[in-house]
Amino acid sequence: MPLLEIKNLHVEVEDKKILNGLNLTVEKGQVAAIMGPNGSGKSTLSYVLAGKDNYTVTEGEILLDGESILEMAPDERAAKGVFLAFQYPVEVPGVATMTFLRTALNAQRKLRGEPEYSTPDFLKLVREKSGELGVSQEHLRRAVNVGFSGGEKKRNEILQMAILQPRLAVLDETDSGLDIDALKIVSDGVNRLRSPERSMIVITHYQRLLDYIVPDVVHVMAKGRVVRTGGKELALELEANGYAQYTDEAA
Amino acid sequence: MPAVQETVDQVRQIDVDQYKYGFVTDIESEKAPIGLSEDTVRYISAKKNEPEWMLQWRLEAYRRWLTMREPTWARVDYPKIDYQNAYYYAAPKAFKAPKSLAEVDPELLRTYEKLGIPLKEQEILAGVRKQGEPSQLDEDGLGGLATSGRVAVDAVFDSVSVATTFKEELKRAGVIFMPMSEAVREHPDLVKKYLGSVVPVTDNFFATLNSAVFSDGSFVYIPPGVRCPMELSTYFRINEKNTGQFERTLIIADKGAYVSYLEGCTAPMRDENQLHAAVVELVALDDAEIKYSTVQNWYPGDADGKGGIFNFVTKRGDCRGKNAKISWTQVETGSAITWKYPSCILRGDNSRGEFYSIAISNGRQQVDSGTKMIHLGKNTTSRIISKGISAGKSNNTYRGLVTAHRRATGARNFTNCDSLLIGDQCGAHTVPYIEAKNSSSVFEHEASTSKISEDMLFYCRQRGMSAEEATALVVNGFVKDVLQQLPMEFAVEAQKLISISLEGSVG
Repeated sequence: MPLLEIKNLHVEVEDKKILNGLNLTVEKGQVAAIMGPNGSGKSTLSYVLAGKDNYTVTEGEILLDGESILEMAPDERAAKGVFLAFQYPVEVPGVATMTFLRTALNAQRKLRGEPEYSTPDFLKLVREKSGELGVSQEHLRRAVNVGFSGGEKKRNEILQMAILQPRLAVLDETDSGLDIDALKIVSDGVNRLRSPERSMIVITHYQRLLDYIVPDVVHVMAKGRVVRTGGKELALELEANGYAQYTDEAA
Repeated sequence: MPAVQETVDQVRQIDVDQYKYGFVTDIESEKAPIGLSEDTVRYISAKKNEPEWMLQWRLEAYRRWLTMREPTWARVDYPKIDYQNAYYYAAPKAFKAPKSLAEVDPELLRTYEKLGIPLKEQEILAGVRKQGEPSQLDEDGLGGLATSGRVAVDAVFDSVSVATTFKEELKRAGVIFMPMSEAVREHPDLVKKYLGSVVPVTDNFFATLNSAVFSDGSFVYIPPGVRCPMELSTYFRINEKNTGQFERTLIIADKGAYVSYLEGCTAPMRDENQLHAAVVELVALDDAEIKYSTVQNWYPGDADGKGGIFNFVTKRGDCRGKNAKISWTQVETGSAITWKYPSCILRGDNSRGEFYSIAISNGRQQVDSGTKMIHLGKNTTSRIISKGISAGKSNNTYRGLVTAHRRATGARNFTNCDSLLIGDQCGAHTVPYIEAKNSSSVFEHEASTSKISEDMLFYCRQRGMSAEEATALVVNGFVKDVLQQLPMEFAVEAQKLISISLEGSVG
């Protein structure tokens, strides 16, 4: 059974139709890239998967491991292993990154009926994961994303992913706003998390990111649907020819 | 953060009724005849065995009060208070001042236990254990003395003080900590010298009313050079129906002395409104420091605004000597109406005033609170950090005054007022007044208003937190600067209280 199966998904945001019968299957352990022009519905897809309010599913189904998640609250989906690395990570003033990580991890574990992490175990986990990503202790004491540079914010997203260990990670334009050094660090962090147990959806405009995070499959989205699927070479083709043919086709 | 977790657990435990202090203690009480007259004032004074001078002081206040009008400038709206339809004195029946906790009615002790007041010291006084021995009540067997800071408690039930702990030990340090009614008899010179010296009898409508009918409260005197060996604390409880509570607290830190004091307040849930009009006076002489913290959790009324405490309080500190310091920290979560402006008169040169406030309103609560920093001495400094959180259909106003007089050269103030809105039916208002009458004063004012954004909540929830957990986390982040000012034990308590107060504020 695939980890994620999206069938004929129709989504409206404030009465505007964004997704029009989208079909997508992501196998266990697969890294799927989703590319497409602005306004094709890529970010909407990521929000719908995470369960954001005001994204109304009018038709279709989303199955995680064969189970529908449409009726689940965002925190239930998170506990089931859905993780979204935000394109624009949100600032939470006054809340130390460390506190945020711990609250999130224990909240998920509680929902799954697992015991909470003790303080020493948690500190050990954070030290290990932050060390791998080159995130300093000082950074962990700072308020979540407040005063972080673009690169630090994205790195913080990957750190959260490393700690929460999701089954399905959706990376929404993780490359936007990153210089080449930051892009390498973030990509290394993502690659370290690749595993047969974990699937990823990597949303991006540009082929550049896919040089670092090499996908198993590439899907092209246009006008709220997946219009073409291919191997990693498809990304190179898109880079050369642009998206024009797809926007025309779909129209 | 474990505290957030505890908070949420606690919120969950309280299912329908979020106000857990809403129970009534079934205890017979003796009340003054209903209404207010010179006879009521005489009755109260006689009940407390007061000397003649005290009675005259009260009567003067009462006569003055008759000529005064209730203030209307605050942004609060409430039905007219019928001052003749209330009781001004209530005491547990057959109450005689207990010599030790062993003599205290067990029903009262149970009440305070339910409220979570650390009256564990009762064992010592009851002879169950000697001081310093491990308490059987402590799970870890190390004894409260080893594991937590010690707190001396004065418990006030309706109009009388029922128990004061650690009296003897404090006495050895020269510290006087006793019910006001006792202090009037035992330390008349100190009381005469300082009572009404910060908040004059004629100060304002509610303070003058308090001066006429004040019931009990705490009296604290720290002699020169003494650092009070423990935190002092008073817990106020209104139990009787239709009864006003008018406590009066007076704290004096003599030259070079230091004291940290905390008050906590709760009341049963009742449909009718109850009046609470307290006066607190602080006096800090040369080089002395007073830190005064409040966790106010009077019954706020129900979701429709029925019942709840009207909280009209006058709190003022006087930095009477050079280098004196007074710091107010308040966590205001209760009461239907809050009208409260803990202030500092910075009289001594180089003296310093601080005000740290968290005011939370939910349901139909109305809060009008803030501070006054009155700079009179040279090079005086003050700092104001106010965090207002409004939820439900409540209204929350910060009202503050910072003023520097002509000779207060070099005065400095920093003010920061932040408001957080939860939902779209509440209001936050900031009314700062700033006056500088000399050219060398420097005042800084920062203010912000923000909403808990959907994006912030969604971000937290995507990481696995429930709506309540997410709100608690965001709010705790918002008030962090102020919570840090509270003594450790109370910071945890306050954090829980904040989340409970916001229960039901997220859809």
